[in-house]
Amino acid sequence: MTGRSVDRALAVSLGLLSTYVVFCLVVFAYGESPRSVVAELAGGTWGSTYGIGQVVFKATPLLFAGIAVDVGLRAKLFNVGAEGQIAVASLAVAIVGASLPTGCPRALAWMACFIVAAASGAAWAAPPAFLRARRGVHEVLTTVLMNRVAETLLSLALASGLALAGTTRTRDVIDAAKLPRLEALSSGFRGSSASLSVGIAVVTAFAVAFAFEKTRARELWLVGESPTAAAAAKIPVATRISQALLLSGAIAGLASTATVLGYKGYFELGLGAGAGFGGLAVAMIGRGSVMGLVLAALFFGTLEQGGLVVNAHVPREVMSVLEGVAIVLVAVAEKKLSRPRDAEAEIAK
Amino acid sequence: MSGASALFSAAFVAASIRMAVPLGFAALGGLLSERSGVPNIALEGVLLGSSFGAVAVHVATGSPTLGLLGGVLVGALFGAVHAGLVVRARVDAIVSGLALNLIAFGGTRALMRALYHSSANSPNVRGFSLFGVEGASASHALLRAVLDPTTWLFVALSASVAWAIDRSWVGLWIRASGDDPRSAYASSVPVSQVRFWSVVVGCAITGLGGVSLAFEQHQFQSGMSGGRGFIALAAVIVGGWRPLRAVAACFVFAVLDAMGFVLQDAGGTLPQLFSALPYLGTLVVLVLFAKKGAFSAPAGLGQSPDE
Repeated sequence: MTGRSVDRALAVSLGLLSTYVVFCLVVFAYGESPRSVVAELAGGTWGSTYGIGQVVFKATPLLFAGIAVDVGLRAKLFNVGAEGQIAVASLAVAIVGASLPTGCPRALAWMACFIVAAASGAAWAAPPAFLRARRGVHEVLTTVLMNRVAETLLSLALASGLALAGTTRTRDVIDAAKLPRLEALSSGFRGSSASLSVGIAVVTAFAVAFAFEKTRARELWLVGESPTAAAAAKIPVATRISQALLLSGAIAGLASTATVLGYKGYFELGLGAGAGFGGLAVAMIGRGSVMGLVLAALFFGTLEQGGLVVNAHVPREVMSVLEGVAIVLVAVAEKKLSRPRDAEAEIAK
Repeated sequence: MSGASALFSAAFVAASIRMAVPLGFAALGGLLSERSGVPNIALEGVLLGSSFGAVAVHVATGSPTLGLLGGVLVGALFGAVHAGLVVRARVDAIVSGLALNLIAFGGTRALMRALYHSSANSPNVRGFSLFGVEGASASHALLRAVLDPTTWLFVALSASVAWAIDRSWVGLWIRASGDDPRSAYASSVPVSQVRFWSVVVGCAITGLGGVSLAFEQHQFQSGMSGGRGFIALAAVIVGGWRPLRAVAACFVFAVLDAMGFVLQDAGGTLPQLFSALPYLGTLVVLVLFAKKGAFSAPAGLGQSPDE
């Protein structure tokens, strides 16, 4: 490990440790014993193979969204629009998956669904990409607005004929398009909703990491660090910025494989909601490394599943507060740890 | 009532004013923070938190004035945290803003469950009701919107923020810290303090927006800020970081918002489409008007004096 990644690991541990302290204080404020709540949370998540399966199930869309945000962050772009990109892609996948002919071979059905997922996610990221690259409008603003538009347009689309009559859900996708659950592989996962989609997420994480090591995607780092230097090095800055945001949207769109293809088999309003914002937290904490992203996704997946487990004692909304607290505390720890090195650089000047 | 005539009714004007006030407060607050050089995407969370603070204090004490103070206090508190993280601890302003938004969203829901045993709605509050305008008709609604103390406060604050930024020495310090932090620091402007207090005061002003939003709806609803913090930010950008232009942009966005409301009430074929109007409209305005370089962000936005 290089000195930098040791620093980061230390910062993350410090930040998460302080988040844990905050969690205990909150539990205490609700008049519960931190020890027993933590024990219950741990038992309900990592205490059984079913619990582990559920954590993996919750972590899968988070990992996709985390990778998506991380791709943007490499160019110092904040894709806050994963939420809307996932929602739009989920609807698109559900519709395409349902309208495939029933005899369609598996490989073909999957390929079609994956392409639709990525393309529709990217399409939803396109307006912010254009505005950022060509007009200089900050992507945080535009992606948030796109989330809002997605929210209303989806309910409009479902209300005007895409949903089954009297419901807010679409038709079932054909069986060949569904991703097998992990319980088909090992009976230990019985009852949990984790699917093969988690494998696709991990492969995506490695593919992205590889691309940033070996291909042109490396240029994104320079684009983020100093656009003027990048332009001087004849890097097409605006193009790279759009590409980064489009790729980010495409990866976010793939999260629909976990929710639509791996879990429900159809799309309904609210399916997968929150994963896009959770992905921000995942990327902030695990950014820049496959291991970091996977661990962060599992951590927040644990919090989500654990939130349901301890809901009777502590409202699960507390978990999204903890996500925010964790982001802040890790960021602060990172800055504090890097301070001495800055000072050395100052003296060396 | 048909769609077209609904657009020219007193109810429509009243709705526009009611929508413009929270947006305008948030835009003024965000502008103050950004002119001093601190990006502020936490506006959304500040609106949400201060709405909740205003309702909680109002419910507990029965006084709308104390509720207003409660909302402003929560806003200032958010500002102090954002400024502490960004200006003192040097955390990335976007990271801090995103985290604060998350905390505000989850925190208000958790507190609602703790206080009112529902994570969706709070008990009703009265808000301000001056001069006994109580009628339910559209002209009464218009009168109420015009006579509301938060509307007056908004007009007064727009004028004073515009004056303070452009003409006062405080404004000079704020602009200097935002445009060129290093030179400002070298000319002994206390950049960090200027930024800290700009963010705190800005978020307190945004808090007034939260108060007016909550009192207008007469209760707190989970996620009630509904993206208004970001629309306010768009208004700041479209307004070129100038106070009065940003306020004018807020009125345009508020008209879109009110149009959504009124047309939705009027029914028609696609009522949901109209609730997307403010966001779509904002995006279209950004595509049309936010040409690179046409409006200039403070040059030192997000920079530190010693970087």
